[in-house]
Amino acid sequence: MDENIIELKHIKKCYEKNKPVIYDFNLEVKKGEFVTFLGPSGCGKTTILRMIAGFEKPTQGEILFHGKDISALPPNERQVNTVFQKYALFPHLNIFDNIAFGLRQKKMPKDLIREKVKHVLEVVDLEGFEKRSVSSLSGGQQQRIAIARAIVNEPDILLLDEPLGALDYKMRQEMQLELKIMHRELGITFVFVTHDQEEALTMSDKIVVMSKGVLQQTGTAEEIYQSPANAFVADFIGESNIFNGKKVTGQTVSFAGAEFPCRDAYPAGTLIDAMIRPEFVVLDETGAGRLKGTVISSVFKGKHYDITVQSGKNEIIAQRGAGMQVGAEVGVDFKTEGIHNMPRDLRVNHMEGILDDRLRLRLIDGSIPVAVSRVFPEYTEKDGKLYDAQGRRVFTEGRKLEVFFAPEQAQLSDDPEAGCFQGHIVDIIYKGDHYNYRVVSRNQVEYSVDDEYLWNVGDFVSVIVRQEDFMYHDPSGQNSRIRG
Amino acid sequence: MYYAFTNGEGEFTLENLLAFFSSADTVGTLLYSFGVALATTAVSLLAAYPVAFILAKGGYKRGSTLLLLFVMPMWINFTLRMTALKEILTLLEGNLAFHPFFNTILGMVYDFLPFMILPIYNSLAKLDDCYIEAAQDLGTKPFGVFRQVLLPMSMPGVVSGIMMVFLPAMTNYVVLDMLHNSTYIMGSLIGSYFSTYDWNNGSLISLVLLLIILVFSLVTGEFSGKQGAEADVSGFQKGM
Repeated sequence: MDENIIELKHIKKCYEKNKPVIYDFNLEVKKGEFVTFLGPSGCGKTTILRMIAGFEKPTQGEILFHGKDISALPPNERQVNTVFQKYALFPHLNIFDNIAFGLRQKKMPKDLIREKVKHVLEVVDLEGFEKRSVSSLSGGQQQRIAIARAIVNEPDILLLDEPLGALDYKMRQEMQLELKIMHRELGITFVFVTHDQEEALTMSDKIVVMSKGVLQQTGTAEEIYQSPANAFVADFIGESNIFNGKKVTGQTVSFAGAEFPCRDAYPAGTLIDAMIRPEFVVLDETGAGRLKGTVISSVFKGKHYDITVQSGKNEIIAQRGAGMQVGAEVGVDFKTEGIHNMPRDLRVNHMEGILDDRLRLRLIDGSIPVAVSRVFPEYTEKDGKLYDAQGRRVFTEGRKLEVFFAPEQAQLSDDPEAGCFQGHIVDIIYKGDHYNYRVVSRNQVEYSVDDEYLWNVGDFVSVIVRQEDFMYHDPSGQNSRIRG
Repeated sequence: MYYAFTNGEGEFTLENLLAFFSSADTVGTLLYSFGVALATTAVSLLAAYPVAFILAKGGYKRGSTLLLLFVMPMWINFTLRMTALKEILTLLEGNLAFHPFFNTILGMVYDFLPFMILPIYNSLAKLDDCYIEAAQDLGTKPFGVFRQVLLPMSMPGVVSGIMMVFLPAMTNYVVLDMLHNSTYIMGSLIGSYFSTYDWNNGSLISLVLLLIILVFSLVTGEFSGKQGAEADVSGFQKGM
């Protein structure tokens, strides 16, 4: 059981040159596991699935199947079957011929084929449908036939590409349960792709969360929900309150304007994203709690109420058994076991550039003027030229320089000329009193910007950073780290 | 109809019918036309399918522009094109009389190829790639994918292509006249009767032709319609 049935090693995929849609993807799947790829549309999850099936070849990396590299093998020679998003049942064949299609390729005797088809139709609960035509079936029935057509071949791995996307809510829940049962009874490894987090949490042994071609986190449903690896995962799975925070001591963290006890191993001073699920938010009518706030909405959700509280500039979502009066003043606190700290992504907004002859730093997305006094405090500038203490001319052209700006120092604007960098918003995370935006430029450079105004995914914006907010670092070590 | 079964004085007669089938000349023309049309259809089908396939599934970004290149000759007058072809062939072969049958088929195929490509292209372009992938996924080799999935699923296009080529080819006498210098085809036979004001015999031949066409379209229609039913029956038997 512990054997890896499939291993993906350093997979990279580019459809266009130098524009990878998958970056260095690594994954191990054990025999008999139910693995789900979860991510928003366009995150590359279907591409990974198609590479396992053999419809795409990785640009770099290996796909090991029972330890052997199969990345160059055509789909018809792989022990893998796929259930397609659009089912792809052959309309010119009836149900029997559709299901028997794979068995006939193996030149199996007719009696055996008949027996197997009959059996698999029992598995999917559609006995006696052999002579029906594809077009006479409902969506749910076609779905079952598509599954039957795949599992009748007894593949080692069954790939399911958003198979429940086209079904209505009730039907989807039913199929989720049936797939789970099928998985248990057949013992086949299932690799399932979905953008529906509820589906992923319900069905999987292991969830692989992806975003923009990068693996964000791998783990069980509980792990992913209770201890997400970063703000993206926390925001994507379930409801959450996320705040920018900082460890004050080893046992306390400050965010949202107060200090809270916490249990994690990050040292004092670490910048973190603090995440609290709504069920761990405590609201108190008498006003007890580290924060104070006003109830701005209270919505009945069946099992509980969703209550939104405005506390200072922050909006906090809570879940409670009883509703609350809108406008009521309440105390807000967080249960210690519910505060989950995630290290902030510190690589973001770090760029490397080359100085040109006019004291501008050339970056991938354009050039920015260099604050000479901070980068080269030992030199003086005159008429765009640099001189050292002895008055000799210094040439800095071609020198490499690293530059960084903090997300909270930047702003967004819809005027493309206003900022240094332009790009489209690809992701939004709500963080209490502001939104964190991921902006990707035409050259695939990603910027992280905190802005209190609401923009939409897909908006074309420019990123405004004031010159004094850039921080420089000389990678050659000639100058020590220079802070603004 | 009326003319076909009357003589010059307007009396009812079967003489025209008898005359048609007793004359070796007319029956010969009928068979020859049939042969020419059959050969034309077969050759254009063999040429058109790969072309349509490459245009529809070859992954060209400008597949429709390429298709236009194949369709564009249709905008030039047909007689003009035949004259041009005649000149080219004369240049290559010296005398057209050396390869009369080959020249005829070539001219016919040249004329009818777009009518074959278009419907096949349409049915292949509409075919979603996921069917091809599904077949591969189920262990089908490339040729099997073509034979078991692509061909049956593009059959409606093939049938309408055959209809659009075979039937006009039966009566297309211009090609024969220009490239073969012969009038040994149904179209010109009818023409020759009509031009001598023999409406009766001419009409009868037209009627015979119409019947052949009717039978032919019934057969092809039946064929494409029957496919599903046959599969159903076989599936039922196997399923028992």
